[in-house]
Amino acid sequence: MNKILILMRRELQSYFTTWLGYIVMAAALLLNGLLFNAFALGDAPKYSSDVLRDFFFFTSGIGMVSAMLLAMRLIAEEKQNKSLVLLFTAPISERQIVWGKFLAAFLMFFLLNILSLYLPALIFVEGKVSLGHIFAGYLGVTLLGAAVLAISLYASALAPTQLLAGVGAAAMTVVMLLLWLLSARSDAPFKDILAYVSIHNERFRPFTMGIIHTRDVIYYLSLTGFFVECAVRATEQRRARG
Amino acid sequence: MIDVRSITKHYGEKKAVNNLSFRINEGEIVGLLGLNGAGKSTILKTLGTLLQASEGEAWIAGFSVREQADEVRKHIGYLPDTPPLYDEMSIRTYLEFVAKLKGVPRSSVKKHVEEALDQTNLMAVQHMKLAELSHGFRQRTNIAQALVHRPKVLIFDEPINGLDPVQIVEMRDLILSLKERHTVILSSHILSEITRTCDRILVIDQGTLVAEGTEEQLRGKVQDEFDVRLELTHEPPLLLSSLQNMNGIKDVIRINSTTLSLLCREELRPEIARVVYESGAGLLTLQRKEAELETLFLKLVRGENDRL
Repeated sequence: MNKILILMRRELQSYFTTWLGYIVMAAALLLNGLLFNAFALGDAPKYSSDVLRDFFFFTSGIGMVSAMLLAMRLIAEEKQNKSLVLLFTAPISERQIVWGKFLAAFLMFFLLNILSLYLPALIFVEGKVSLGHIFAGYLGVTLLGAAVLAISLYASALAPTQLLAGVGAAAMTVVMLLLWLLSARSDAPFKDILAYVSIHNERFRPFTMGIIHTRDVIYYLSLTGFFVECAVRATEQRRARG
Repeated sequence: MIDVRSITKHYGEKKAVNNLSFRINEGEIVGLLGLNGAGKSTILKTLGTLLQASEGEAWIAGFSVREQADEVRKHIGYLPDTPPLYDEMSIRTYLEFVAKLKGVPRSSVKKHVEEALDQTNLMAVQHMKLAELSHGFRQRTNIAQALVHRPKVLIFDEPINGLDPVQIVEMRDLILSLKERHTVILSSHILSEITRTCDRILVIDQGTLVAEGTEEQLRGKVQDEFDVRLELTHEPPLLLSSLQNMNGIKDVIRINSTTLSLLCREELRPEIARVVYESGAGLLTLQRKEAELETLFLKLVRGENDRL
């Protein structure tokens, strides 16, 4: 655990010392603010809960892109800079390396969400929403973000460069997103399987409405764990290859 | 301290290392010498737990590189040919990170880092960002990261690569200073450098060990002829034929009117001095010329005995 924290701290610091963290956060907050103003609030009168629902919908999209940007560099950058050899010759396991990096990216993503809290708070000025709805929405965004972080981390473990890792992460995430479309055009049992696996549509919508299903939480946690472990396996193979 | 037994490493059909065995004792500095692609880096990567040998086994500090890689990692400092640095960090924060990563207790990190900074002469620039450093300082930081946790064994892959002459001299002194506390194995394709820093040389060619020993021992193995330079006050008429007729002298070459070069198969300097004295010439110089190191190296790795 100690090694995971050591690596996590270094990764967290690097987000700020390389400006990547600032840039991703600034861009995400700017887009969040624009979309909140233009679409979530809109011109027509709306119930506060609908404003909040739309906010979480837009935020989920920006969150997924931010998660990809935060995670695509994690291992691929080390390969490009040839610094992975430092980790591979140190008494630290592949699991510790991957989880340390994942936790750093996750904390950055979490911080990004916290900084956007002022937007739903604005609804209180002229409306009324429940704190439970806000909590559920943010839980959904965080779980979805964690899953995309894990997918992107896996892409980063596979790809030789950051750019290819980004492309790979985007491709995998888009496929996971569009599975619900495929599900709509499939027959049972594939219809149910594809709908179950799809990362956003049916899984995420309840959170935007303030509803937390245990099955959805378990789904996102499982997906995150699965892809982080895939990244662990890919890193083990990389270490074995030399 | 290092025990390598019958290691073979395949890359597909190609054998990068072929049935290689050697031992290195505690406190020794041993150099792997070979041409590019000879298999030096593969051997060091295997010892550094970065690669697994296809066959054979190696032990470092009593731990199996294959079976106890994590224990081995606690006892080695590995210096790759490209410094594994994070450019956004300062030297000091980087070394603190590496020390913690390599298991130095939190309470000792500061002491370990300052010792490494001191050993590598980086104290004055410790707060500089790694991105701002010259190649020489980056290589020093590379060494500092390898020794910050005080490992028993240091593995250096081409430590003088890309350094300028001043930096090479500094690096040489630094490596020699490490002998007191570490066992060092390093690789290079520059014979003159390896002979100045290493107690023993392992000559590698196409993944096999072709020779092993000190510089003198290696010379003895390949040098079956050598040049004796003779400088005289004047050359009497019969001296040249007397020298040519001596047993053990293969050839006599005139360099100028008073200097001769004698190609000898054995040590004949006392006999040559006597012949010169009996001829009546005054002897100014009688010197055995050592073959160029590079020539010896070529003979070792290619068996080109006929080139000398």
